[in-house]
Amino acid sequence: MTDTYLTLVNSGISKTIAKKLGLPRPVPLRRFRPGQPLVSGPVLVLHDAASTTDADAVADALVGWDLDVRRHAGSADRYAAVVLVLTGASHPSDLSAPVLATAGTLRSLAPAGRVVTVSRPAGTDDAPAVAAARQGVDGLLRSLAKELRGGSTGNGVVVADGVEVGAPSVLGALRFFLSTRSAFVDGQLLAVDSAAGTLPGDWDTPLAGRVAVVTGAARGIGASIAATLARDGATVVAVDVPAAGERLAHVANSVRGSALQLDITAADAGERIIEHAVTRHGRLDVVVHNAGITRDKLLANMTPDRWDAVLAVNVAAQLRIDEALLAARGVRAGVLADAPRIVSLASTSGIAGNRGQTNYAASKGGVIGMVRATAPLLAAHGGTANAVAPGFIETEMTARIPAVTRQVARRINSLQQGGQPVDVAEAVAFLASPQAGGVVGRTLRVCGQNMVGA
Amino acid sequence: MTATPNPDHPAPAATGADRPGAPRRAVVVGGNRIPFARAGGPYARSSNGDMLTAALDGLVARFGLAGETIGEVAAGAVLKHSRDFNLTREAVLGSALAPQTPAYDVQQACATGMETVVGLSNKIRLGQIESAIAGGVDSTSDAPIAVSDPLRRALLDLSRARTPRQRLAAVARIRPAHLAPSAPTTGEPRTGLSMGEHQALTTAAWAITREAQDELAAASHHRLAAAYERGFFDDLMTPYRGLTRDANLRPDTSVEKLAALKPVFGRSLDTPATMTAGNSTPLSDGASTVLLASDAWAAERGLPVLASVVDAEAAAVDFVHGDEGLLMAGAYAVPRLLARTGMSLQDFDLVEIHEAFAATVLCNLAAWQDERFCTERLGLGAPLGSIDRDRLNVVGSSVAAGHPFAATGGRIVATLATLLAQKGTGSRGLISVCAAGGQAVAMILEAA
Repeated sequence: MTDTYLTLVNSGISKTIAKKLGLPRPVPLRRFRPGQPLVSGPVLVLHDAASTTDADAVADALVGWDLDVRRHAGSADRYAAVVLVLTGASHPSDLSAPVLATAGTLRSLAPAGRVVTVSRPAGTDDAPAVAAARQGVDGLLRSLAKELRGGSTGNGVVVADGVEVGAPSVLGALRFFLSTRSAFVDGQLLAVDSAAGTLPGDWDTPLAGRVAVVTGAARGIGASIAATLARDGATVVAVDVPAAGERLAHVANSVRGSALQLDITAADAGERIIEHAVTRHGRLDVVVHNAGITRDKLLANMTPDRWDAVLAVNVAAQLRIDEALLAARGVRAGVLADAPRIVSLASTSGIAGNRGQTNYAASKGGVIGMVRATAPLLAAHGGTANAVAPGFIETEMTARIPAVTRQVARRINSLQQGGQPVDVAEAVAFLASPQAGGVVGRTLRVCGQNMVGA
Repeated sequence: MTATPNPDHPAPAATGADRPGAPRRAVVVGGNRIPFARAGGPYARSSNGDMLTAALDGLVARFGLAGETIGEVAAGAVLKHSRDFNLTREAVLGSALAPQTPAYDVQQACATGMETVVGLSNKIRLGQIESAIAGGVDSTSDAPIAVSDPLRRALLDLSRARTPRQRLAAVARIRPAHLAPSAPTTGEPRTGLSMGEHQALTTAAWAITREAQDELAAASHHRLAAAYERGFFDDLMTPYRGLTRDANLRPDTSVEKLAALKPVFGRSLDTPATMTAGNSTPLSDGASTVLLASDAWAAERGLPVLASVVDAEAAAVDFVHGDEGLLMAGAYAVPRLLARTGMSLQDFDLVEIHEAFAATVLCNLAAWQDERFCTERLGLGAPLGSIDRDRLNVVGSSVAAGHPFAATGGRIVATLATLLAQKGTGSRGLISVCAAGGQAVAMILEAA
């Protein structure tokens, strides 16, 4: 789906006019290509007075990634990224120095720049001043993200107490947010709950040797997830309903995976997925529950078939398949044996609600609850379950939205454009990776910091 | 697939690798076809190459073979454009298979698909190749149309002409009547009769009733529809151009509805005409493929093994001089195959007889139960006997699915192999597919 407006405000006379009129001027986002440098210039690491040790650990990791790391704001004219380590802040006043130092770098932040905070979660056990400082980071980050332009984003890693900033998932999340893989993730604070997970041997192929099942893989976001997981090294089993078989075959062949024509609402869907993955590929490590449908109707006009179909496909099928997978684990060799990952597709509708989507939002809200409760069941084997909640993504589904509504939906986020299927796929790939093992039962939004919802 | 031994059968007398000189077996791993369309339907603008490539790509996807080099691919089409001289190789190059995969074309009329399985499985059994894809495709919508012979000769002479005078002479021979295109027909070149008219003669000779034909046709539709309902084709078919089921399938047809149709063949015979559009196959478009392999190749890739190709036999009859019916060669191929393998007609759990016409199947069945035919024609001591209808074409056949000529063999082999695997290890199946020119190919499969 082409975003004509985005093209217009970035070229020729229409660019000048848009600038003069003060119209929103979204820029084409820079997206990941294999071989691309992690960031395009120097990275500044700043910290509050009590976070020196953590900031050193972060800086060491960045240096280990061959980045040009600076520790003082004045040491370069232009930064590609700023990492704000605020883990030690114990009073809101502690934020002052590092935040104001950051302020001075923003006007010259490189296009597609990155600001990433690293902080601790505010809890009820914290001293009020500590909780205030910690919660303050959330407000700071979300507002800062809304001020960034030029395809730059701001995101945060919220590290649970007791987990070191050098933990695999802290570094994994930090790297994801710094990279172009997170192009359409903006204004998000991702919690790292544990020190579980491992850093990949090769950051370009973190999924090497892993077998991943992707449902709804015949088109749109699912096809992009299949391609992205394969790019990251996974062997992909592409699943979709038999009627979508022609496109499914194309997807499976293009990623050199295999196709399984299957209705995920079938009673034996889980068993058939296991059978295919284990007999053909020897194991099953990653399951991406992407298949989903919409049957929009105001609740007052809702029909049983519309309500039931959406709940059946979008959440009940995932529950049944997960049950089959968990039952097979330990019984059938290779099934979710080693650091398994379940990644489900939620939606911002499931968080913020959406008029006309009570059924869809109930199913997607259900997914968010489901992964939260499923993750602990996998923790013993180094596994996790998480969700990705896309906002407005340019797909065949959103292309059917009436033109004016679609234009509005695209602009009401901090990046002032719709995301691409690959943006969702990159977030899924991150959560499926070994370095995301410490992200437990969370939902990561890929919405360009949509104004709707939290 | 369950792997329960079938208690009904002792070990076969002599099958597959048991026979001297057959070092190992060739197995059917699976199949893929596109839904069959009626002529002029959704595939009207698809060429043989398009459809065969689609069927190949679906197979490649199902078994995760993208980028793999297959031992050999053989397929063919009955109706071929001259540009399709290397149809199968071109389809391979257009598919997701490795371009290093060799391929060749086969043409044995409606038995083309069967013959590709026979040839390739023999190569596997001999150890010449480890894997193969057999297949076939036909389009009656995109059929080649040739120019008349006089026009063709004049045009060829024109291309060879060197002087203006010679060119003029060549062009001057062309007459308006020469411009009429000559389209392919289902007529036999040596008799001028269409296949339906030929079958009508045989149908009359065996006194096959209209009711019996309509019953078989209705059963074909009902069984095929039931197979779709239970998802039988989920692992055998990949949709194409928006078609997700065989377009000819009429789940709600009935003997009563079929009885209302007017006969279309045999109307000039002395006996009542019994063959209608409902109990004959329609002109169709479609493609099918079958993945064959050695056991080792399949095991290496964790691929299923549905059935082994035990043996096959081709036969032909002299229909030109009226010695035998055009589509009766299967009645000869099967008993010869049975004799060689030491099996009887009743040894099979499942039998697939291609429904060129409902009457073709019924004539074959009648012949095998006929003492005179079996003794005089086949030289047997006694009739071969009957086949339980519950074992015959259990998921329907060509009357319901349609019959894109060269694609039918692959459809039947993959279908039967899947059915046998579901029945359990050791269960056996028999196939007979008749073909134009008075030919037929029969084959025995056994669940692996």
